[in-house]
Amino acid sequence: MASNKKYWKSVEELNENSSIVETLQQNEFVEPIPTDDFLGDKETLEASSTTRRDFLKYVGFTTAAASLAACEGPVIKSIPYVVAPDEIVPGVANYYASTIADGYDFANVLVKTREGRPIKIERNDLAKHGGSVNARVHASVLSMYDKERLQSPKVNGADASWDELHTEVAKKMNEMAGQDIVLLTQTFASPSTSKLIADFKTKYPNVRHVIYDAVSSSHAADAFQTKYGTRGLADYDFSKAEVIVSVGADFIGDWQGGGYEAGYAKGRIPKDGKMSKHFQFEANMTLSGANADVRVPVTPSDQEKVLAALTGGSTSGLADHVAEAVNKAKDQLRKAGNKGVIITGIQNVPAQTAALNYNEGVGSEVMDTDRPRLTAMGNNAEVANVMNGVVNGSVKGMITVGVNPVYSFPHKGFAEAYNNLAFSLAFAMKEDETAAKAKLIAATPHYLESWGDVQLKKGTYSLMQPTIRPLFDTQQFQDCLVQWTDNGDSYYNYIKDTWANTILADGGSWSQALHDGVYESDVEITTDADTIDTTETLETSTSSGALNSVQEGMELTLYAKTGLGDGQQANNPWLQELPDPITRTTWDNYVTVSAADAKTLGLENWNVANGGLNGSLVNVKMGDVTIEKVPVLIQPGQAQNSVGLALGYGRKAAVQTEMQTGVNAYPLYLDFSTSQKGVRLEKVSGEHEFACVQLHNTMMGRDIIRETTLEIFNTNKKDKHGGYVWNPVPQVSKDHKEIPVSSPDADLWEAFDRSVGHHFNLSIDLNACTGCGACVIACHAENNVPVVGKTEMRRSRDMHWLRIDRYYSSEDSFAGDSEKKDNISGLGSSLSEFNEMETASANPQVAFQPVMCQHCNQAPCETVCPVAATSHGRQGQNHMAYNRCVGTRYCANNCPYKVRRFNWFLYAENDEFNYNMNNDLGRMVLNPDVVVRSRGVMEKCSMCIQMTQKTILDAKRDGRPVKKDEFKTACSAACETGAIKFGDINNSEDEITELKHDKKRMYHLLEAVGTEPNVFYQVKVRNTNEA
Amino acid sequence: MLENTTIYNQLRAKLMDNNITDRMEKVPCRNLPSKWSFIALVFLLTISFSQSTFASTSFLPTQTADTVAGEKLFKTNCAACHKLGKQATGPALRGVGDKYDREWLYKWIRNSQELIKSGDALAIKLFEENNKAVMTAFPTLTNEDIDNIIAYTYTPPPPPVDICAVNPELCSDEGSEGGISNNIILGILVLMFLMLIVVLVLVNKTLRRFAESQGVQLEEKEKATPIWRAFVENQFLVLSTAIFLLLSAGYFAYGWMMQVGVDQGYAPVQPIHYSHRIHAGVNEIDCNYCHSSARRSKTSGIPSLNVCMNCHKTISEVSADTQTEGQSKYGVDYNAEIQKLYDAVGWDVATQSYTGEESAVKWIRIHNLPDFAYFNHSQHVIVAGVECQTCHGPVEEMEIMEQFAPLTMGWCINCHRDTNVNVTDNEYYEKIHEELAKKYGKEKFTAAEMGGLECGKCHY
Repeated sequence: MASNKKYWKSVEELNENSSIVETLQQNEFVEPIPTDDFLGDKETLEASSTTRRDFLKYVGFTTAAASLAACEGPVIKSIPYVVAPDEIVPGVANYYASTIADGYDFANVLVKTREGRPIKIERNDLAKHGGSVNARVHASVLSMYDKERLQSPKVNGADASWDELHTEVAKKMNEMAGQDIVLLTQTFASPSTSKLIADFKTKYPNVRHVIYDAVSSSHAADAFQTKYGTRGLADYDFSKAEVIVSVGADFIGDWQGGGYEAGYAKGRIPKDGKMSKHFQFEANMTLSGANADVRVPVTPSDQEKVLAALTGGSTSGLADHVAEAVNKAKDQLRKAGNKGVIITGIQNVPAQTAALNYNEGVGSEVMDTDRPRLTAMGNNAEVANVMNGVVNGSVKGMITVGVNPVYSFPHKGFAEAYNNLAFSLAFAMKEDETAAKAKLIAATPHYLESWGDVQLKKGTYSLMQPTIRPLFDTQQFQDCLVQWTDNGDSYYNYIKDTWANTILADGGSWSQALHDGVYESDVEITTDADTIDTTETLETSTSSGALNSVQEGMELTLYAKTGLGDGQQANNPWLQELPDPITRTTWDNYVTVSAADAKTLGLENWNVANGGLNGSLVNVKMGDVTIEKVPVLIQPGQAQNSVGLALGYGRKAAVQTEMQTGVNAYPLYLDFSTSQKGVRLEKVSGEHEFACVQLHNTMMGRDIIRETTLEIFNTNKKDKHGGYVWNPVPQVSKDHKEIPVSSPDADLWEAFDRSVGHHFNLSIDLNACTGCGACVIACHAENNVPVVGKTEMRRSRDMHWLRIDRYYSSEDSFAGDSEKKDNISGLGSSLSEFNEMETASANPQVAFQPVMCQHCNQAPCETVCPVAATSHGRQGQNHMAYNRCVGTRYCANNCPYKVRRFNWFLYAENDEFNYNMNNDLGRMVLNPDVVVRSRGVMEKCSMCIQMTQKTILDAKRDGRPVKKDEFKTACSAACETGAIKFGDINNSEDEITELKHDKKRMYHLLEAVGTEPNVFYQVKVRNTNEA
Repeated sequence: MLENTTIYNQLRAKLMDNNITDRMEKVPCRNLPSKWSFIALVFLLTISFSQSTFASTSFLPTQTADTVAGEKLFKTNCAACHKLGKQATGPALRGVGDKYDREWLYKWIRNSQELIKSGDALAIKLFEENNKAVMTAFPTLTNEDIDNIIAYTYTPPPPPVDICAVNPELCSDEGSEGGISNNIILGILVLMFLMLIVVLVLVNKTLRRFAESQGVQLEEKEKATPIWRAFVENQFLVLSTAIFLLLSAGYFAYGWMMQVGVDQGYAPVQPIHYSHRIHAGVNEIDCNYCHSSARRSKTSGIPSLNVCMNCHKTISEVSADTQTEGQSKYGVDYNAEIQKLYDAVGWDVATQSYTGEESAVKWIRIHNLPDFAYFNHSQHVIVAGVECQTCHGPVEEMEIMEQFAPLTMGWCINCHRDTNVNVTDNEYYEKIHEELAKKYGKEKFTAAEMGGLECGKCHY
C-alpha cells in the first residue's frame, strides 16, 4: 500500500523545525503525568505493607460488613410531653385564626399547626374582607423557619440581652432629647400599635413617626384623603362590575395591596348569558392584562392620555387603535352606568383623583369609599423628606420597624448617611441591609409568633395570635413600646384592654373574636395613618412624579412580582422557585422588552441544547443611576418603547447565596413612582441563563385550552354530534363509523364500576383562574414538594406537582390560531406556517391553565409501570407507591400531560440542595402526613389523598355521611377565585357534580387520547363580542 | 382531658373498691400482717412505752380498740390521701393519736373546715402547714370508728423484707459457692476420664507387645476405598447433593433475608422500667386511659408524664409483695422506678409539690412503622373496633413491652382480607353498604373488598 499521501495531524507538522512536533514524537504526553501526586512519596509507598490485592480484600470486606451492619435497625426515641397541653393531640392538626400584616401583604389566615408547630397557611372563610391569601402569604410559614433569622438582639454588632438593649435605647433616647429622631415603620394598620406609638411620641416629643411602604400607594391614598378627608384606599367589589376599565392598574396582581381577584372572578363566570367586560390599558404584560377581554399596550405617558380621554377628554394624541379601544371602552362604560368602574395605577394624584371622580360621578356600585382599606398608608413626600433628612444630616436618629430603607430607598448616599447616624435602631427579623448597618438591632418575631391587631378595612378588625412559642430570643416592637411607655406588662394585655374599651365595647366577646380572627364593628378608631394630614405633604406629592418632565429614552414600569413582592421574603426558596405567572421564569428578575424594541436594540432570547432559555444582558441607565448586567426577556404584549423590571430582587444581606438572585431595581424607583422615563438599555457582552419552565409558549391552534366568545356561547349552537360547537366531543372511528371518544365502545379496557362509594373529581374553571399561583405554593406546603434550585429548574427538572401553563396566541387571538392551523395545506405551507405559529404575537391573547396529574381512569402511566408502583384506586385517584417505584420513568414518558416528576437527586438533607429541607429549622415545615420522597422515584399529584382519607375517616369516626363539599385538596382550598373545585361526583349534592354534567363548558384535557381523566376543565369564555 | 378525668374518677373508684375486697395487692400499706404478729408488736410497743420515763397522758392502744376494723376503715376512707409512715397528700398518720387531743381529732376528722372556720388556732396552723389542702369531711364516722383508725395507725412499720430469704439466687454468696463446687466436680470427672483413656491406651499397648512376643499374627485390614472418594467418584450423587445444598442455602437465605427489618419480639430496655403487666394486667387500667390519642389520632401517643401523675401522685411506692416479686422475678426495684418518674416530672414527695425541674423521658420506640406507610390508630380502634391486643398481643401479661406482630405489609394485608368491615351503627356506611349489598348480593364485606388493599390508602 504504497502511497505518497501524508496525513497531517496539525499545521504545526508542516514546520520541520517545530519543537512541539519533536517533543510529541518523543513523548506521548506533552505534560508529565502527575503520578507522584496520587502515588505519594516513594518512602511511604514502600513502607506500606498493603499490596493492591490486600487493598481490594479490605474494600470487599468493609463493603460486606457495612451492608451487614445496615441490617440493624436504628434505635428511635419517642419523647412525650412532660405536661401535655390540653389542646394538642399528637397526630391531629389544630387550626388557629390569625392575620398577616407584614407591611406588604395583609390577610386573614388560618394557621394549621401540628404538634405545636405551624405547617401551613390557609384561607379564613369567616373573613369577608380578609385581604388576599396569595402565594406569598401561603409561603410565609416557611419564612418563619428561616435559618438566616436573627436569634437575639444585638448592640453594636455583638449579641446582647434584651435588658442591655433596652438600657442602651433608653440612654440614647435621653441623650438625644430634642434632636430629630424618625420612627420609620411599615404600615401596621393596627389600632393598638397606633395608640402605643402616640404614647411613645408623647414621651419623646422629638420622635417623628413616618409610615413607609416599600412599594407605595401614596398617590391613591393622597387622592383619597384630599377627596374624602380621611386617609385610605377606595375598596372595590368587582363582582358587581359589568365593565371594568383599568388604566395601568394590575388589580389582579398587587395593585393597592391586591386581593381583588376573588370578586373579579365571580363576575367573569358567564351567568344568564352575562359576564363582566374588562378593558386593560397597560405597558407591562400583567395578570390583569392577561385576563382582560381587551388589552391595549400603552406606555405610561400615554396611559395618562387614555385616562383623560376616558374621563371626558378627547382621544387626540393617541394612536388610532388605542383611540378606538378607548372609544369602545367609553361606550361600554356609558352603557354600564353605575355598574362600570375605572381604576388606574398611574402614579400621580390628579390621575387617581380623576378615576375616583369618575366612579363617584356615575355612582359606581363597585367602589366603596365609606369603608376604605387602611393598608399601604405611607406618604411619599414624608418618606422623601426622611430620606433626604438622613442624607443631609438633619435627621439624627432613626428607628426602623419592618422596613429596609438601606435596601429600598432610591438614593445612593443613603446607606452611608445611615451608617453615620448617631442613633440607629432596627427592628428586624433578619440582619437585612438596614439592620446590618444599624447600631442596635432588636430581633423581632415572625407574625406567627406575635400578637397583634389589624384594621384591614374600616370597620373590619382582625387579630393576630401566636401559633408557636418564639423560636428565638425575640421581642415584638409593640412589646418594647409597652415597656418603654410603661403601658402594662405585655402587648397582649394591651390589645385586650384596647379592644375591651373600644372595638368590643358593644358587647362583643374577645374569645369569639380571637377564635374567628376577625370582628366587624362600627366603632371608629383613629389610626396612625390619620396623622398624615398636613396639606403641605399632600401638595408636594401632587407635583412629584417623573412623568411631568419629558426626557429622551424608554419608559420604565417597575412592578412587584407574584413571587417576591416587595422583596421581604427573598430568602424563601418556595417563592424564588415559583414561576412568574406571565414569563414562567423562576429565580430571577429581568428587563422585559417588546419584540420590536429588542430587534432594534439587538437583544435576543434563545433556547440552548438542553432546553434552557438564554438572553442578552443590558445595562439599564436612567439619569445617573446605572444597573449593570440585567438580563433581557422579550415579553409579548409589552408596549413598544417601554420596559418593565421587577422590584424586590437583588437582596444580599441575610439572604443565603443560592437565593441572592436578580438585580435590585429600587435605585430606579425615584420619587417612589413605578413609572419612570428616560431609560436607556445598553447591550453588553455576555449572556444570561434563565430558569424558565415553559419552552413552548403557543398552543399551535390546538384545543388544549378551549375557549369561545360570549356571543357564540350564548347562541347555544350544537354540532352534528350533539355537542356544543365550542365544546365538541372528539370523535374516533370504529368500524368506519364515527363514535364519541367517551363512548365505552371506544375503549380497549374494561372500565371499573365507580358508582359506589366516593369518586373524586377536580374541576378547573378557566374563566375564574387568574394565574395567581397560590395553589402552587399551597401544594408545596401540603405535599412536601422539594425545592430543586435554579440550575435544576433550567434543566426542566422542576418538582412542582401543579403547574400553571400560560399560553400566548400567535395571531391576535386563539381563534385566529385555530383558523390558521385549519387552513394549512401542503407540506410547504405547514413547515413555514407552523414555524410562524411558534412565535407569540406582539399583543397576544393569554390563557392560563393549571395542570396537575389528571388521574385518568384509563391511565397510560399505569399500564407501563414494570413494578406496578402506580395503580388506580376505586375513588378515582391514581396512586403512586413511592417505596415500590424503581425509577424506570416509563410512566413519565407515557404520560400525555407531562405531570410526573422524577427525583433526580435526594433533595432533603443534601448540601447540594441547600434549601429548607437541608436544615433542622426548615424541615419543621414539613407535613408529617406526607412522605418526603427519596432519590430515584417518581412522584406526582396525589389529589391530596391524605386529605380525602382524613375527611372520610372523620366522617366514619363520627358515624355520619360526608358533608356537602367537605372534600378538599390543598389547591382547591387555596383558590381564592373558586377556579379549582373538588368533590365527590357520586354525591349529587356536591358542587362538582353539577359542574361535571355541564355539557356547555366541561371538557377534558386532550380528550381525544381517551384517558378519561378525573380532572376536567371549564371552557374559557371571553367577553369579546363587539357591541 | 375531660375524658381522662372521667376515666380517672372511675379508676379511683375501682382502686378504692379493690381496697375493700383486699384484692389490691399492688398498692402500698395494704399487706395484712397477721393478727398475732400485730398483737405481739403492740405488746412490744407497750413495753417500750411503759419503760420510757416519758410520762404520757395520751391514749395508748389497748385491746379494746379494734385495729382490724380500724385498718378497714383507714383503707376505705383515709388511704387515698394518708399514709402511715410517709407524707402523702396529707401528713403521715403513724402515732397521730399522740400528737393531738382525742376530742379535737374527732372534730377535725368529722369536719375539718368547720373547725378551721371556728377559728381554732391549731386547726388553722395544720391547714396552712399542709398547703391548704382541704380534707374531706367524714361526718358519719363514730367516735369508736375513729378510735379504731387511730389504733390502727400505731401499726409499726413492717420489717424490711429479706430478699435472700425469698430468692437465694439474688444473694451472691451462696450462689458463687455453688458454682465453685460444681466446677470441682466437673474437674474431677474430666480427670477421671483422662485417666481411663490413659489406662486403656496402656493396656492396649501391653496386649500388643504381649501378642508380638507370643508370635501371634494380628490380621491386617484390607484398605477399602474411603467413603469420601466413593462419593466424589459418583457424579450423580455429587450433582444431586450440590443441587440440594444450593436449594437449601437459597431457602435459608430467603428466610433470613425476609426477617431483615422485621423486629418482631423487639423489647428494648426502657429508661423507666414500666410494667404493662401491673398497669394493664393486675390493675386493669384501660389502654385508652394512657394512650388516649389512639381514639382520635393516627398515633396512639406515649402518655405524657402528667397522665402518670394522675395516679402516681398518691401511689409513691408499690406494696411489699409487689416489690418483692419485682426484685425476685424481674430484678427490678419498682419503687426506684417510680422515683425516676418523680425525678423526670419534678415531683417532691416530701413537700408533695412540683419543683418545676422537668426533664423529658426518652422512651425507646418499639413499633417503628416506616415513614412511607400510613397507619391510623383511630381508624382501627374506633371505626373498626379492633382490640388493642389483636396487633399488640397480650400486653397485660408483658412485664417488658415487646413488638408482638411482625408489622409487615403481608401481615396487614392478610388481616384486611379476613376482617369484615364493621358497618353497623355507622351512618357513614349506610348508603355505601346498601348499594354494595344490592350489587353483590351479600351483607358482609372485608376491608379488602372495600378498597383496603389499594396502594394509595396507606402509601402517600
